[in-house]
Amino acid sequence: MSNHLLNLNLRVWRQSGPNDGGSFKTYRLSGVSTHMSFLEMLDVLNEQLIAQGEEPVAFDHDCREGICGMCSLMINGQAHGPDNATTTCQLHMRRFSDGDTVTIEPWRASAFPVLRDLVVDRSAFDRIIAAGGFVSVNTGNAPDGNAILVPGVRQEVAMDGAACIGCGACVAACKNASAMLFVSAKVSQLAVLPQGHPERNARVLNMVAQMDKEGFGSCTNTSECEAACPAEVSVSHIARLNREYLRASILAGN
Amino acid sequence: MVRVASDTLNSRVPDGPLQQKWDKHRFDLKLVNPANKRKFTVIVVGTGLAGGSAAASMAELGYNVKAFCFQDSPRRAHSIAAQGGINAAKNYQNDGDSVWRLFYDTLKGGDYRAREANVHRLAQVSTSIIDQCVSQGVPFAREYGGTLANRSFGGAQVSRTFYCRGQTGQQLLLGAYQAMMRQLGAGKIKLFARREMLELIVVDGLARGIVVRNLTTGQLETHTADAVVLCTGGYGNVYYLSTMAKGCNVTAAWRCARKGALFANPCYTQIHPTCIPVSGDYQSKLTLMSESLRNDGRVWVPMAKGDKRSPDQIPDAERDYYLERRYPSFGNLAPRDISSRAAKERCDAGNGVGDSGLAVFLDFRDAIKRDGEDVIRKKYGNLFHMYNKITAEDPYKQPMRIFPAVHYTMGGLWVDYNLMSNVPGLYVLGEANFSDHGANRLGASALMQGLSDGYFVLPYTIGDHLATSKLDKIRDDHPACMQAMQEAQNRINKLIAVQGKRSVDSFHRELGLLMWDQCGMARNRKGLIEAIDRIRGLRDEYWRDVRVLGSGTTLNQSLEKAGRVADFMEFAELLATDALHREESCGGHFREEYQTEEGEAARNDADFSYVGAWEYRGTEQEPILHKEPLVFENVKPSTRSYK
Repeated sequence: MSNHLLNLNLRVWRQSGPNDGGSFKTYRLSGVSTHMSFLEMLDVLNEQLIAQGEEPVAFDHDCREGICGMCSLMINGQAHGPDNATTTCQLHMRRFSDGDTVTIEPWRASAFPVLRDLVVDRSAFDRIIAAGGFVSVNTGNAPDGNAILVPGVRQEVAMDGAACIGCGACVAACKNASAMLFVSAKVSQLAVLPQGHPERNARVLNMVAQMDKEGFGSCTNTSECEAACPAEVSVSHIARLNREYLRASILAGN
Repeated sequence: MVRVASDTLNSRVPDGPLQQKWDKHRFDLKLVNPANKRKFTVIVVGTGLAGGSAAASMAELGYNVKAFCFQDSPRRAHSIAAQGGINAAKNYQNDGDSVWRLFYDTLKGGDYRAREANVHRLAQVSTSIIDQCVSQGVPFAREYGGTLANRSFGGAQVSRTFYCRGQTGQQLLLGAYQAMMRQLGAGKIKLFARREMLELIVVDGLARGIVVRNLTTGQLETHTADAVVLCTGGYGNVYYLSTMAKGCNVTAAWRCARKGALFANPCYTQIHPTCIPVSGDYQSKLTLMSESLRNDGRVWVPMAKGDKRSPDQIPDAERDYYLERRYPSFGNLAPRDISSRAAKERCDAGNGVGDSGLAVFLDFRDAIKRDGEDVIRKKYGNLFHMYNKITAEDPYKQPMRIFPAVHYTMGGLWVDYNLMSNVPGLYVLGEANFSDHGANRLGASALMQGLSDGYFVLPYTIGDHLATSKLDKIRDDHPACMQAMQEAQNRINKLIAVQGKRSVDSFHRELGLLMWDQCGMARNRKGLIEAIDRIRGLRDEYWRDVRVLGSGTTLNQSLEKAGRVADFMEFAELLATDALHREESCGGHFREEYQTEEGEAARNDADFSYVGAWEYRGTEQEPILHKEPLVFENVKPSTRSYK
């Protein structure tokens, strides 16, 4: 794959802190190799800004291999940019053309307040997991791993949900800023596994209650979340969440 | 000449037969009364597999836990990136595995530079880890009938590796994270995310707290406790380019070393053989391709030097499958250190491929012909997808290009059998300690160690310290706290005050390249002496010319990096010093002067069968070497052979 150099106009959201209004700032960046990842392109921009005496753009990132879920960014209005099943850190500049204007924004959702520039606070997700996204088993209580058989097919469904990286792209992509895909991925994983059954009713009720409390919007089944999800979590998990919720609500009424 | 301490380190390994040491020790350890546990507070720094499992398990016991991580959520810790799997001596496959075999393989794989009793304990508790994780809902791969599946992995001749597609670390970490979050809801864990540890607080010789910077507000905070547990991972980013996350750093460990904790075996660094090669000078990190790929991929280079033909144009007779040639019985599954050096040897000889000549092929042609593309896709689909994302090449159609990269660090803070450092009350778990992998770590062993330490070792051993130590309440205005806070503040002020011309990253890149060239896959005396000199020069320049914009009282990512790089600049010298003093080749430490005629590592058991633990004496002072002799009562060290 040959290497080309791009000249880009970057429209980047700059916001000095949580209480600042924020605005777009435009930067010109030249000589961007098509082999660079998107975040490496931002590294180069930041080196240029530092050389000019301007504070670099703050953005979240860590593993840079698509699994930690720390990177985010709305790129030209798309969560994690134009590629399917790809985090921002795995997006490469070969997806862009010379002369492009690229607009870079933070996740926009009231439950994810902006801390600075492109960095947002996603601790709401942690609180949702703390409300019930677990199996209550203390260390040391476990029976042998093969004591409860789990059919391979069922385990695969659990793994499909468990693959969620908690990045928040589903929320950012949704017009309602709903967290249903995130919540359903965990509810679904633990609902299909026998280990999760004893708590399945309380889990779904508590997690949904916390989700509502955090200020996430409602789901209207537009499936933008699935399209944006870098881990390819399917909206079929939302369907299972709805069934689990209905079931738990009926049983709770008894 | 190295200054050596006169007395040797006491590892506190209990007496008795190896198989009974841990059971006996657990009985001998003092317990904390259940009603008294709630009176103790424990700080856990880092929330990866070791920290997450330790925090959850101790909270379940009733201790109050304060957990810290620099990321925005504990779920981001870099354990999440482990792909291949986790070992356990379950012998589910009936293929001859046992606790003893896992112990033996791990000790041998570490080139007899690990502590025998620790490794045996690790093998013993490995089976409980799998049970625990299954109960948490970790979706390990299973057979159609519902039993757990296994694969063979990285240099093992039995199938003992449990896995979740190519995302085992992610699933194990989420299991530990969820256990932690459950305790958060129960009020037993207080979580402090986006905090970076900058100092250790030591009172009357005991570790009693930490100073952290709140990375969102810039505020420094003091946190006191009855013990401090460090689970802050490895120091591979001293090389700048590595497979570690960008945030991984040595700061927490190095700050403890500066407060008296001994740093053991820093020269033991693992270079992983199968990573995607560097593509340009903007490169910010290297991506691992799981070594599980070597179960089906064959490694080769063209026989002719500088052969630029497309790989499909090179007939078999003109290919050198050098691992199969040199190591016929292990072939493509030879351990990491050996495979990495073999790749370097071929590239140095001029047979490397790709634009830079610093790559070899990992070819799936034969496996796809044998099993079909669907089978290969099911096994490795996500890895092939990742490779394609990064390189825009299709590994189903053409071989992957791979090259070794820094991946893991076996060295770390010195700990005794209880995982306590020489600073009482400071415990070190997971990759941050030195204890279980010797000079080389086998595949699928890091996850095992992190979870073993956190779920099944620390919860027992920490009680002994808490039950037997005098732990008066410490207030935040205690002189030791005030002093640690002031030290942290001074460093921040100093970094911002330099106002130089060069960015933090430019220094970090230069340091990394220097370390890779002179203290990487192969090392020699001349190069190491030169490296130490250059590190000192670069460190001086750093404090004269680094440019950190912005202030210390806001979210400031340049400042975060600047503090970490400042510590790498000090730590790098210790790494090179350790490599210079260890005049032998073992595991990941290869000294060119000490090799056999066939180019294999020549270990020197007569002179170097010890743990080298270094005492910090000041940045411009020579450190003092403390030795812990390695005694092998059960396995006689032999020359590793994978031929």
